[in-house]
Amino acid sequence: MKIEAKNVHVYYGSDHVLKGVTLSIKKNTVTALIGPSGCGKSTFLRCFNRMNDLIENARVEGEIQIEGVDIYHPKINVNELRKTVGMVFQKPNPFPKSIFENVAYGLRVNGVKDNALIEEKVESSLRGAALWDEVKDKLKKSALALSGGQQQRLCIARALAVEPSVLLMDEPASALDPISSTKIEELIYSLKANYTILIVTHNMQQASRTSDKTAFFYMGDLVEYDDTRTLFTNPKKERTQNYITGRFG
Amino acid sequence: MGKKGKSKIKKRLKYFSNTRVYEYQDQAFKYFGLFCTLIGVVVLMLLLGDVLYRGLSRLDWDFIMGLPSRRAARAGIFTAWVGTLWIMVLTAVIAFPIGISAGLYLEEYNKRSRLSNIIEINIANLAGVPSIIYGLLGLELFARALRLGESVLTGALTLSLLILPIIIVSTREALKAVPYSIREGSYALGASKWQTIWFQVLPAGVSGIFTGVILSLSRAIGETAPLIVIGALTFVPFVPEGVLDSFTVLPIQIFNWVSRPQKEFSENAAAAIIILLSITFIMNGIAVYIRHKWQKKVKW
Ligand SMILES: Nc1ncnc2c1ncn2[C@@H]1O[C@H](COP(=O)(O)OP(=O)(O)O)[C@@H](O)[C@H]1O
Ligand SMILES: [Mg+2]
Repeated sequence: MKIEAKNVHVYYGSDHVLKGVTLSIKKNTVTALIGPSGCGKSTFLRCFNRMNDLIENARVEGEIQIEGVDIYHPKINVNELRKTVGMVFQKPNPFPKSIFENVAYGLRVNGVKDNALIEEKVESSLRGAALWDEVKDKLKKSALALSGGQQQRLCIARALAVEPSVLLMDEPASALDPISSTKIEELIYSLKANYTILIVTHNMQQASRTSDKTAFFYMGDLVEYDDTRTLFTNPKKERTQNYITGRFG
Repeated sequence: MGKKGKSKIKKRLKYFSNTRVYEYQDQAFKYFGLFCTLIGVVVLMLLLGDVLYRGLSRLDWDFIMGLPSRRAARAGIFTAWVGTLWIMVLTAVIAFPIGISAGLYLEEYNKRSRLSNIIEINIANLAGVPSIIYGLLGLELFARALRLGESVLTGALTLSLLILPIIIVSTREALKAVPYSIREGSYALGASKWQTIWFQVLPAGVSGIFTGVILSLSRAIGETAPLIVIGALTFVPFVPEGVLDSFTVLPIQIFNWVSRPQKEFSENAAAAIIILLSITFIMNGIAVYIRHKWQKKVKW
């Protein structure tokens, strides 16, 4: 068992937005988190790399273990955790630097100084994110000049460079055109071999195509969690049924 | 489309025909705005023209490199502009690091504490305090209590106090303009807060910060009142060689000359104003250039 969330509650001030979520995720699988807007998918995702720590009034309760390590233990180094658990955001957020420096940044803040090693890692990460061929001749150019889809793949490459074992993706394709979106989808599929992936998505087709397991959230509760095929073809709860057939949300 | 539908549209068009009024409003405001803009530009041009007309003939190498004199025709502004340069550099050295650090601290490290709120309100108020008050503070604190006298250092410290609020506020504004997603991206890669600020936030905000500090400095070199209060002299026949020497600056020299009745002195003043304005314009130009250049690079 790779990732285990036990009875996770999240509060924003007095708002109780995640109400005791328990689920376990196997290594090298893709898990899709679905549900209507505001049901707590992003909040749940941010628990795994403790990005909620940055939100002033957010409070997380319960337990999350990654390979047996309690990531909310006081002795945990949050910066190390975030290197192990990478994240890709909804809106591509490349740094206002060159393409090369975007990918190299994670290594540099890790104290890697060996330029040959950095170059090697940049290339392999860009290849891993299926971007290398498009940018290999303009690595020194600003990342902001790339298209939205390319920027998002750059953000994935950036995350891959620090060698995470888990990747969190919060609606990574929702801001992109259909072609770029498909590319990201294919990329997620290819990354599965080496990473454990949690992906938030609003796109039912995307969820059913890319994921092994799907978790359906509704108003802070985990309503149903099952194999993707089972959940989409034979949901046990009516809520799930209504949601995936588009009857609400 | 049937007859009925047609008449419906007609009715609708008629119903909306009074939106014409908004178009007139729009036009009217456009011309009013243009008029206001023109007033500003024309007045500025007239002033500039007047100064150039009166001062340009007086402006030559001897004037720029000449020492002060009681005879208008022989007087130069060498000590004055060198004094202004001294003040400029020293003020920058003192005020920039302190102001930028303070802005950084308030914006990134202490955003929502009560202390920070109180400081914020006070800084906003300080920015509106008349500059002569800073002069009095400088006189008491630096010239008298710290016994720095009427020195360049006293002047620079006083002007530093004067522009610190501006630097702090503009630094905070520049940092605020850096999108949160950049910080998020950095933290998500395991960067520490220090690394995130140092490698991402500051570089992304640097053009805004520089623009702010340069503009604040160009304000400082135009200040006259506080320097008169701390006792900067008009007649300084030598340039300062150290931070404790006495000094004069261009605005004080100009102030002195315009207060004399003779026409020759007012010509001197106009010529000195040209130099002072040139320095200010150059600095503002640098600020604009920096902003323009970085904006092209940093966009989101
Ligand atoms: N930083 C925050 N502060 C306060 N409330 C928040 C914050 N972020 C999210 N919320 C609230 O928490 C709930 C869950 O949000 P979120 O996890 O973003 O939902 P989802 O990603 O499923 O759309 C929403 O009601 C939202 O308004
Ligand atoms: Mg969300």
